Amino acid sequence: MDPTAAKLIGAGIACIGMGGAGVGVGVIFGNYLAAAVRNPSAAQGQFGNLIFGFAVTEALGIFSLLIALLLLFVF
Amino acid sequence: MKIDPIHQFNIEPLFTIGHIGNQTIAFTNSSLYMLVTVAIISILMLASGTQLIPGRLQSVAEISYEFVASTIRSTAGAEGMKFFPLIFSLFMFICVSNLVGIIPYTFTVSSHLIVTVALALLVFFTVLIYGVAKNGLKFFKIFVPHGVPGYILPLVMFIEVLSFFLRPVSHSIRLFANMLAGHIALKVFAGFVAMLGFSLGAVGWVGGVLPLALTIALYALEILVAFLQAYVFAILTCIYLNDALHPGH
Repeated sequence: MDPTAAKLIGAGIACIGMGGAGVGVGVIFGNYLAAAVRNPSAAQGQFGNLIFGFAVTEALGIFSLLIALLLLFVF
Repeated sequence: MKIDPIHQFNIEPLFTIGHIGNQTIAFTNSSLYMLVTVAIISILMLASGTQLIPGRLQSVAEISYEFVASTIRSTAGAEGMKFFPLIFSLFMFICVSNLVGIIPYTFTVSSHLIVTVALALLVFFTVLIYGVAKNGLKFFKIFVPHGVPGYILPLVMFIEVLSFFLRPVSHSIRLFANMLAGHIALKVFAGFVAMLGFSLGAVGWVGGVLPLALTIALYALEILVAFLQAYVFAILTCIYLNDALHPGH
């Protein structure tokens, strides 16, 4: 196979990982919203935890993006 | 018509300061925008005045102070306030440099891994050194969670140690990759307008309204991300410092 083609296919496959991060971020914000609607007075206190969970989950999606960028521009 | 979304991240020397060995030490566009960022923060904090009834500029300064202070108090407790200068500087530097980078034809300081790694390692070593200095060997209790059965403890400890040393990696790559990906996405979608126009003529220019609208929407999103990533960096710093202040889960 042509190395450039293999590189581009690899970068495309690496981006599948972002789907998992999308599911995770959706679960976090969805559950936060569900809980905030049930008990709005407690919602503000959990905002920090929400952002922390979002950051940790999002990092994994960013890692797969990073692999794609490395394949595209470094190799 | 070819899109070149990476060109905006080039570091170009503006003038040369000197040489160390074969290495040229130059004042680059990255250095220039770091100075611009620091100048904006200094003007905001120093020139905003101390009126009893704050004006607009003073309100921005007071709101950013209160915002960071309440974040520290809620995640690291009142003891964490001794790290307020560190966290406030990190938050303001990242937030302002991200927002300056959003302006077209400027340079984004935080889109370079070396800058974010330097900031993340600063936080990592602050936590490690302060934690050991304050708690002695008790600091290492953060690797041994309470109430874990003995037979699974080695595995849990291994994971805890690994995740502790991977903190600066994820801390820095998160900020860097978010800014890099956001700016590339903006450039690519803006490039679609020109591609349509130059390849299809008048029809293309009319059709180019769609990617243009998407670019504007992405722009709004990027402003949110610029602030959010600075907040995420600050809150993770608070959480890591909380380990040094109160070790043992």
